[in-house]
Amino acid sequence: MPLDLICPAGSLVSLKTAIDHGADAVYMGFRDNTNARAFPGLNFDEAQAAEGLRYAHDRGRRVLLALNTYPQPDIWSRWTGAIDRAAKLGMDAVILADAGLMRYAVKNYPQLRLHLSVQGSATSYEAVNFYREHFGIQRAVLPRVLSLPQVENVVRHTDVEIELFGFGGLCVMVEGRCLLSSYCTGESPNTAGVCSPPKAVQWTDTPSGLESRLNGVLLDRYGKDEKAGYPTLCKGRFEVGGETYYAIEEPTSLNTLDLLPEMLKIGIAAIKIEGRQRSPAYVAQVTKVWRAAIDSVKKNAAGFTPAPAWQAELNKLSEGQSHTLGAYLNKLSEGQSHTLGAYHRPWK
Amino acid sequence: MNLSLGPLQYYWSRDDVLAFYGEAANWPLARVYLGESVCSRRHLLRLADWLALAEQLAGAGKEVVLSSQTLIESESDLKTLRRMVGDGRFRVEANEWGAVRLLSEAGVPFIAGPTLNVYNHETLDVLAGLGAQRWLPPVEMSRASLASLLERAPAAVETEVFAYGKLPLAYSARCFTARHYNLPKDDCQFRCLDHPDGLALATREGAPFLTLNGIQTQSAGVYSLIGELPALRELGVASLRLSPQSRHMGRVVDAFWTALAGEDGAAEKLARVMPGPAVDGYWHGRAGLEHAGLIPGGETRLTC
Repeated sequence: MPLDLICPAGSLVSLKTAIDHGADAVYMGFRDNTNARAFPGLNFDEAQAAEGLRYAHDRGRRVLLALNTYPQPDIWSRWTGAIDRAAKLGMDAVILADAGLMRYAVKNYPQLRLHLSVQGSATSYEAVNFYREHFGIQRAVLPRVLSLPQVENVVRHTDVEIELFGFGGLCVMVEGRCLLSSYCTGESPNTAGVCSPPKAVQWTDTPSGLESRLNGVLLDRYGKDEKAGYPTLCKGRFEVGGETYYAIEEPTSLNTLDLLPEMLKIGIAAIKIEGRQRSPAYVAQVTKVWRAAIDSVKKNAAGFTPAPAWQAELNKLSEGQSHTLGAYLNKLSEGQSHTLGAYHRPWK
Repeated sequence: MNLSLGPLQYYWSRDDVLAFYGEAANWPLARVYLGESVCSRRHLLRLADWLALAEQLAGAGKEVVLSSQTLIESESDLKTLRRMVGDGRFRVEANEWGAVRLLSEAGVPFIAGPTLNVYNHETLDVLAGLGAQRWLPPVEMSRASLASLLERAPAAVETEVFAYGKLPLAYSARCFTARHYNLPKDDCQFRCLDHPDGLALATREGAPFLTLNGIQTQSAGVYSLIGELPALRELGVASLRLSPQSRHMGRVVDAFWTALAGEDGAAEKLARVMPGPAVDGYWHGRAGLEHAGLIPGGETRLTC
């Protein structure tokens, strides 16, 4: 604090890699749909979680557990069971989205530190303070839709620590308020912990190009010279008013290195790196670059410029996509590489 | 079981809005939700205008509810929200948790809107304790999940279900209508006015898929539970939300009214005035864009 570096741990190897390369904390999930990266082959059983915690704590770092899907009524105990295990294991915090689950956690484990997940969709200090007053949350992760001045306004009006996404996949919709995936496939992040699930993806080589489909719905068609990306629903090309284009969002990802001095100045507590589904090698490289960048901005914020080598390293990792600053810095021309997302945009 | 007119999702001219609600005063509705819940840039009716409309509709015997903005971004959004809560004449539907905070602090009963993400009985119980008197499940909730929730739910809260209209699926800080016209959001030239039922988005092979409505993304399919009234009654659902469309809304209300009265032909009446293909996959635990009537074994529930 401030600007703690929070890195993704989809596996024990990734967890150790992130710690070794300078993460202040890692976040992980259990191996079921209690977290928003419920992908096959990912996440932790109890023994692995215990080993991960030991590894992190031995080195003075923290482990956060994402329990950020919305519990289903008939299997409510799956989520409360996860809270019980988190407390027993000694997790440094649990990241929750559901108010009912927060109440359970506070009632049964008053010492357990609670973070409000980005899936909780809190975009104002009134919402953040609601969770503070009722459940004592200590940190909130804000959706990637606010501009930096709007983020600053939230920080000014709350005691809750604010965490922002800094790098990786970019949701253009308010997290927790997007049902596009379940409309198309039956499974959404809120309930199933997945968006555009791999099992619904189908690739077909056709005379008119390589086609990607999600549960049969055509998301895109690629020409010979075009590079095909993972078919995330909102990043497909569609027809609107007779034009075919990226009607919702280009296949970009978020990179906010340029904004670090401002984030430090407004008092952001932590920067989250997206990507529990990515490889340990990816985690190593991203963590290394962000550790160096955060150390550098803390040493000399006024003189901070992202080293070209950092940007080059991050560009190599971006799945052939361009980077964006997300909503943080919103511009009309969103097709450019290296924009800052919603954090920086001229309009209110 | 009675009928509610949901908040207007689109941006219409002032005359069209006033004419619409002028007619709505005569429809067989128990209540009407009013206000701009989608985009803060839509200003042809200000809060004061909505309040005046609310008085008129209340005078016509409707219960009136003010629907709060779903995505709060700025201090001025909060100012509008505080004025809505502070007015005190009408109930408010909270569509995010900042509104829940203000309403519970004010100590007034409220309606818990569908974007509060109430997926289980425990969260509903939290809201009931804070003053929620009616709630709506998320539009993606299946009949089976709702049944399971209601078995365990606090008895004092009434359930309203989104039963008709294009489904509100997502909200963003970006405006996809402005994007279509290559305009920045802060100079959108209010192009939503040209699309009274939203802007159709199709796949590259021409299949209707979604509807762009400013910062909101809706389904292209029109959700309809008109064939599910027995199931809804059995669950104890108190009211059905019908979401406004620009044409034939009176006939939509009439079709549901006919169906509630148990008369024949309501579904056929409705089919003639729907602005897109019927979908009901969500209700059956399937992909939202599916229509269970068209799927063999349509009752199968996806595991979650």
